[in-house]
Amino acid sequence: MATWTWFHKLGSPPHVYRIAGRFAPWFGWGALLCIVYGLFGGLVLAPPDYQQKDAFRIVYVHAPAAWLSLSCYTMMAVAAFVGLVWRMKIAHAAAAAIAPVGASFAFVCLATGSLWGRPMWGTWWEWDARLTSQLILLFLYLGYMALRSAHDDLQRADRSSAVLAIVGVVNVPIIHYSVYWWNSLHQGATVMKADRPSMPSEMLVPLLVMFLGFTLFQLWVLCTRLRAEILDRERNARWLQEQIREGAR
Amino acid sequence: MNAGGGTVPTGMFAAAAATFRRDVVLAFRRPGQMLQPVVFFLIVTTLFPLSLSPQLSQLRDISPGIMWVGALLSSLLALESLFRADLEDGTLEQWVISGQPLAVQVLARILAHWTVSGLPLVAAAPLVGASLAVPGTAFGTIMLLLGLGTLCLSGLGAAGAALTLGSRRASVLLSLLVLPLAMPILIFGARGVDLAILGEPTRGPVLLLSALTILTLSLTPWAAASAVRISLE
Repeated sequence: MATWTWFHKLGSPPHVYRIAGRFAPWFGWGALLCIVYGLFGGLVLAPPDYQQKDAFRIVYVHAPAAWLSLSCYTMMAVAAFVGLVWRMKIAHAAAAAIAPVGASFAFVCLATGSLWGRPMWGTWWEWDARLTSQLILLFLYLGYMALRSAHDDLQRADRSSAVLAIVGVVNVPIIHYSVYWWNSLHQGATVMKADRPSMPSEMLVPLLVMFLGFTLFQLWVLCTRLRAEILDRERNARWLQEQIREGAR
Repeated sequence: MNAGGGTVPTGMFAAAAATFRRDVVLAFRRPGQMLQPVVFFLIVTTLFPLSLSPQLSQLRDISPGIMWVGALLSSLLALESLFRADLEDGTLEQWVISGQPLAVQVLARILAHWTVSGLPLVAAAPLVGASLAVPGTAFGTIMLLLGLGTLCLSGLGAAGAALTLGSRRASVLLSLLVLPLAMPILIFGARGVDLAILGEPTRGPVLLLSALTILTLSLTPWAAASAVRISLE
């Protein structure tokens, strides 16, 4: 089937290695442009919030990081699923490449949230539902990476951690909603007010650009890490040695 | 078993029943080992009054947390050995080549594990509750919730134990994998115990925990079975 050739091609390490190498600079430069513009727009052009003053500006890093920490987990689980079902080694390599990226974004999200919480809530840490479920997400990433590193055999590490990623992604919504439920019962109204005024466009546009920039940045990191992962896994393959010899010439 | 012809019943359920019976008999032959998680549960709950305060009114407020954290930790203790001995002596390979669905065998193992490790905790719950000044009227609900919660944990733990087969430092890793996934059990369970102590209706948490248990028991055997297959490759 001609429509599926692109999918089958993705199973070939040399092909993916080349594709990732071709796309990486586009993602990288796009990310740089978007992030520079987004930071300038968010930190300089956007007016201070009428209530939070300049403290709100951390949202330009915090919200994209939160979004990416979740989307990385989904991507990891999808890659793991593809790897398990179609026995595609590249998909396992991709899952392995994504995990630390997602974990870092989860950490950035928590750290920036904590920094914002200090002036706004008067505390570094609040047992808020969003913070808590983000923390559990970070634990899930750490468990995934620990399981991967605990197996000496690469194939076994790949497939075991793939099962864990799938179990985890089924659990993420359950954890998320149970944490919200727990939080709404144990605390009064959350510190964040529900009816905040909607964002004016000079605040919103840089935020959207930052979202795009972070996503491109993630794709760039992903391409680079995937290439490194392929180099590591295929270090004895002939195509790679030929590629390197060509590159050296 | 058929008395006349001497034939042994075969099939999925007969195999699962045989696994269940074998596991329970083996556990009952070593009652000391079976009691260890219970003793651990009792010791953990003793730590809290000693480290916080012996005031009964205060202890009653935090007793749901004490009970659930104790139950979580002590059921983690028994999990590591869930498949290990069977991997070493080849039983797992026999399961795989027996032609019976592996997930059903794993489910039988989960149920047997719960019978010998979860039920003793449930039985010890009134003792712990009484020592923390929990009113006697709440014991029934607490035992029901703990029974559901430990069953759910046995399911999650089976997946974790199968995933860590053949890895280094499996016991620490197992806790790292299972505890984040067990947070919803802790939340619903502790909330239910809290409501039971206050004498309020506990239908909500009980139903939610039951739903969670059914979901866990219908999905984790498959995950555990595929992890067992991976460890045998």
